[in-house]
Amino acid sequence: MTITLNHFSAATVFALSASIVFGITHRETTREMVRYGLYCFAMFLGGALVAGWVMWLLRR
Amino acid sequence: MADSTTEKTKADEAAPLTVMAVVAPAIGWLVPGAGHMIQKRWIRGGLLFVSIVTLFLLGLAMQGHIYKANGGDILDILGFIGNLGAGGLYIVTLAMDWGQGAIAFATADYGTKFMIVAGLLNFISIADAYHIAIGKKQ
Repeated sequence: MTITLNHFSAATVFALSASIVFGITHRETTREMVRYGLYCFAMFLGGALVAGWVMWLLRR
Repeated sequence: MADSTTEKTKADEAAPLTVMAVVAPAIGWLVPGAGHMIQKRWIRGGLLFVSIVTLFLLGLAMQGHIYKANGGDILDILGFIGNLGAGGLYIVTLAMDWGQGAIAFATADYGTKFMIVAGLLNFISIADAYHIAIGKKQ
């Protein structure tokens, strides 16, 4: 079986998995885990989007 | 102030080496999240299992490359260390001779990175299971 993800899907899957692990392992309480996980997810995806737009601007 | 810091450091150094402090990381390495589950952190363990296994299997399905033990290029060695963190998943993958395809397109390279990151995330998960076992974390 072969799966082909586009760049954004791959970045989203990566961000989701890494954020869950970071949230659980880096914080003490459940509330803090959820907050930190969401923060990491936003940073991962936001960073990818910003980097994408920067590369688009540099290419023009 | 200095005394309390010294006492805390001594307390950290004197963390009791219980059976759980050895078993939880070992089980957690073999099966991602199992180190938490064995300590009755079912939800955390389940989430870690799903996250790490999904990332690894997706990497495999994307025709990612798996690294074997090698003494060559430094990036190959680091790739092997990353893959090794996935524990049981890595062993099964090697045993079945999966992940040996040539990287012919961009998403296959993503797959390779997915599997390395899955292993690295499992290392973090193992450390967390150990901290729970020695009572440093709830």
